[in-house]
Amino acid sequence: MKLLDRLANIDRRLIFLTIGFVVAIPIILKLKMPIRISSEVRSAYETIENLPGGSVVLASMDYDATSAPELTPMFRSFLRQCFRKKLKIVYTGHLAIGLPLAQFDLDAITQECNAVYGEDYINLGYRPGYTAVMIGIGREIRDFFAVDYKGVSVDSFPIMKGVHNYNDIALIVDFAHGSAAEYWIQYVVSRFGVKMFACVTGVMAPTLYPYLQAGQITGIIGGLQGAAEYEMLVGQPETAAFGMPAQSIAHIAIIAFIIFGNIGYFVMKRKK
Amino acid sequence: MTSFEDNNTDIRDGEGYFYFIRTQTISGYQDSPRVGPIISRAQWFNTLRINVLVVTMLVSVLVVYYIRRARAGEKLFIRKIAGLDAIDDAVGRSTEMGRPILYSFGLSYLNEVWTLASLSILYRVAQKCAEYSTRLLVPHYDPLVMSAAQETVKQAYIETGRPDLYDERDSPFLTADQFGYAAGVDGMMMREKPGAVFWQGYFYAESLILAETGHSVGAIQIAGTTSVEQIPFFVAACDYTLIGEEMYAASCYLRPEPQMLGSLKGEDLTKAIILMFLTFGTALGTLGVLLKNFLNVDWPNVIFANLVQWFNTF
Amino acid sequence: MRREIPIIITFLTGFLCVVAFFIPHPPFGGLQQRFLIWYAIIAGFTMVLGLDSLVKYNIKKIVQRKQGWQYSYVLLFGLVLVLVTGFQSWFKYNTPFELRSSFMYSYIHIIVPLQATMFALLAFFISSAAYRAFRARTFEATLLLIAAAIVMLGRVPIGKMIWDKIPVLSDWLLNIPQLAAKRGIQIGVYLGGVVMSLRIILGIERTYLT
Repeated sequence: MKLLDRLANIDRRLIFLTIGFVVAIPIILKLKMPIRISSEVRSAYETIENLPGGSVVLASMDYDATSAPELTPMFRSFLRQCFRKKLKIVYTGHLAIGLPLAQFDLDAITQECNAVYGEDYINLGYRPGYTAVMIGIGREIRDFFAVDYKGVSVDSFPIMKGVHNYNDIALIVDFAHGSAAEYWIQYVVSRFGVKMFACVTGVMAPTLYPYLQAGQITGIIGGLQGAAEYEMLVGQPETAAFGMPAQSIAHIAIIAFIIFGNIGYFVMKRKK
Repeated sequence: MTSFEDNNTDIRDGEGYFYFIRTQTISGYQDSPRVGPIISRAQWFNTLRINVLVVTMLVSVLVVYYIRRARAGEKLFIRKIAGLDAIDDAVGRSTEMGRPILYSFGLSYLNEVWTLASLSILYRVAQKCAEYSTRLLVPHYDPLVMSAAQETVKQAYIETGRPDLYDERDSPFLTADQFGYAAGVDGMMMREKPGAVFWQGYFYAESLILAETGHSVGAIQIAGTTSVEQIPFFVAACDYTLIGEEMYAASCYLRPEPQMLGSLKGEDLTKAIILMFLTFGTALGTLGVLLKNFLNVDWPNVIFANLVQWFNTF
Repeated sequence: MRREIPIIITFLTGFLCVVAFFIPHPPFGGLQQRFLIWYAIIAGFTMVLGLDSLVKYNIKKIVQRKQGWQYSYVLLFGLVLVLVTGFQSWFKYNTPFELRSSFMYSYIHIIVPLQATMFALLAFFISSAAYRAFRARTFEATLLLIAAAIVMLGRVPIGKMIWDKIPVLSDWLLNIPQLAAKRGIQIGVYLGGVVMSLRIILGIERTYLT
């Protein structure tokens, strides 16, 4: 019975150690699991698939290294899908510390897909102002982005010909770990009527379901699970799909601890 | 096609433009006569935004109406908010234990409304700390919020008659990095072992790290955030949580002046009207579907669709 | 006048922004874009303010030998390192974001691992918080516990492997009850924000003035 009493007061350090092991071991053993595709991720995928070639997509990088394990796989799959569909990517961000991170993946995938800077994609860089920039692009993008991230005039690139505001942008895709996705929906989608879907961390995904159900966004790719599903749809499973077994077993471990805690709680309650 | 909207951004108001239709035929093309000059002008009122104007006027009228009623002496009822009532107890508990209080705005900026709401809660906490001579620690993520918070705390100490207790070093700027801030606050909690911790502001993923550390040092924790996704973590980890608009109500609750209470009452009535409207809309939409499916009657569906469209037009 | 002037400025700016939203005709139509550009410029300058505050505070800490003053040296060293590498990369490659640059090297090898490490702590904290908080003390707590377990299993592949209805239940929980509660809270939050903004514009809420 002493053991049952202890179940209600397991040392935190034991919990931390267990979680460490259950996450590390599946990664070391390279376990695999089948991935179920959810409707919201499929809908996001179909949104890009249904765009005609040559359409301009605005990608906003609103995450940093803290959320990179979840959002980087989404970004890489997004780039692959867009370049395969011959879409034009205009890329910016509202988190100065996150843009260099995405630059790393942008360079890798553009080399893989033979995308040409200035023709297939352009990096507009960062401007302070956050929602001010989001709303301001609605009138004229050059009011805030007269030059690209290297200081070259955007009008010298073929991709920006005819791209002035949201009327010329077919889709917005936001990669966000905070409230940026909500701001895009509230300030841009509702005001200018642009199509959008969001790629967010697992904790942010439930916040966007009201907007998905209202039809304000066309899809949500949420968390590592969403990233894994997106990777499967694009046809190149990478780190997200690889990480799902570890996440699955970690969830089982947490549930097991919850059950132990409740057993211990009821035993102690009965004693009292 | 019977109409054409020219969305070219090079078009200037007040200048005349001419249009014609070019039809492609087998032998070549044929042009219609030129029409124009067509001159664009900005409207004096964007009629697409009537819906926003109506709702804005409704909220404003109700708020002003109840402020006037409150000023006229009418007693307005506000329900108890446990988290705000617990402020005095939390500060008292910390004083008895001889431990300081920690107050955090989270990752808030001064231009955000929840920061202003949090400043009014900080004012109350600072007043109590000055009364009980308890040390108040306020680590910061944003320098502008730091300036405002330092002034608020100083003001509270002066008004309580204890300006000597105010120490600017207890209100430091840590860092503008999310997890750097979380690490800094955690370190502060582990060293100083506060008796009470206030998480009042906007938090992201670091909320659970902060709340768990606060729990591990044995502090009573009162959280308040409008960040909907972090509320479950605070509810799980803290003793009291102000959920969403309860934070905005704090300044009215802690300083029950007529105009503050009146604005709160106006907000409540607006919410009641929205609720009634939602209920009506749900009933109409459901009725529309049922009548369409079983009796092939379409008018409720048409009304519902028009209503939704009116709200969606922007 | 020290209190009245900021209140007047707040009222005028707020009123003009609201008017510009409804009236596209000049001079109001272009006013919103003008305000947005000014805001973006001011936002850039607040970074300088933050930098100044950070440097002053840490230098003061070193000079006065306050608790933890050694870490201020680390902070200032990091600040100088990023500034120097940033400028060096900018001059050499026209942008600090060039992958071969020293700035990106320090970013990839220092900032990214540090940030990822801090975020990784969450996995441990959520486990201990879940263990501590999810106790079936009341009926509502039991419901919360069951819902959390279903969603945790439904959001990973192992859920379907255990029982193929778990993902369906999880989706239902996310799309119906969770959505309803979230919508209710969000309506309250945004309405509270609107009324709070109204109070600020009308000068009733003056906490930003001290």
